[in-house]
Amino acid sequence: MEQSEIVRSIREKISNDVLGYHSYCGDETLVVRREALFNIMKILKEEFHFEMLVDICGVDFLGKEPRFEVVYHLNSLSRKMRLRVKVPVNEGEEVESLVPLYPIANWLERETWDMMGIRFANHPDLRRLLMYDGFVGHALRKDYPINKRQPLVKPKNEYR
Amino acid sequence: MEVDKVLAGDSFFTTRLNDVIGWSRKFSIFSYPFVTACCGMEFMSVSCSHYDIDRFGAGLPRFSPRQADLLMVVGTISQKIAPVLVRIYEQMCNPKWVVAFGVCTCTGGFYDDYATVQGIDTIVPVDVYIPGCPPRPETVLDGLMKLQQKIQKQKQAV
Repeated sequence: MEQSEIVRSIREKISNDVLGYHSYCGDETLVVRREALFNIMKILKEEFHFEMLVDICGVDFLGKEPRFEVVYHLNSLSRKMRLRVKVPVNEGEEVESLVPLYPIANWLERETWDMMGIRFANHPDLRRLLMYDGFVGHALRKDYPINKRQPLVKPKNEYR
Repeated sequence: MEVDKVLAGDSFFTTRLNDVIGWSRKFSIFSYPFVTACCGMEFMSVSCSHYDIDRFGAGLPRFSPRQADLLMVVGTISQKIAPVLVRIYEQMCNPKWVVAFGVCTCTGGFYDDYATVQGIDTIVPVDVYIPGCPPRPETVLDGLMKLQQKIQKQKQAV
């Protein structure tokens, strides 16, 4: 089956929950409703053979509504195609965790929480992944001050 | 003047204790390589036979800080690993020296961000800075010789 046909059948299947769709140079992107994310990913994994979750990341559109977007990159090894799924999220809203579907989502969601401050509902262990305990704020948010430092070892001027 | 004739018999020479201790210390540097990033490749290059840091008496890395004199901080130090670096430094016995290897350890380099210590001299005292991203092996050897001069000249704690 052609890639565009696969995407068309996906869109027909979940048409109630698709907010937008675009395709550019073979990059297929679906924008879906936050509440329906888990079911859509389940359908994509089980019926459309997207066995591999490549990456999860967050995007901060400061000043826009909704402020964040969580981006999922899927890969289908059996069909040799990739798909991008985007979920708009507002500040304070939670996205359903994908750990029951893809175990790799555990660390990827922890990273997204650490860097962007997007919470994932029903995540088994939502702690910071990259930054340390005691770090205040989320470093990759657009409103994180660029010169803000939170050292674990306080600088000592006598060594300079 | 042939050396073996001079050294034969009961010949002796005089020097100051401070100088002879400095001379022996500078040629028996046991380094602890604290390697965290890409500068480690240059450190390996200096250590191996082509540039051979062993010619300067600093060839034996000790992987316990308690047996080392020289803390070689090679590579970017993030805020998260800074407490480990300070602890390693505190575990070393006196006399001890620290070399900041590469621009990330000197100033933070181009990592002017939330994650990186802006120069390890904010958390441990540094004796020699070796700049470069990464430094060429020649620069490292130059830095090592600078350190040897410093060890030779300093007041030796006994």
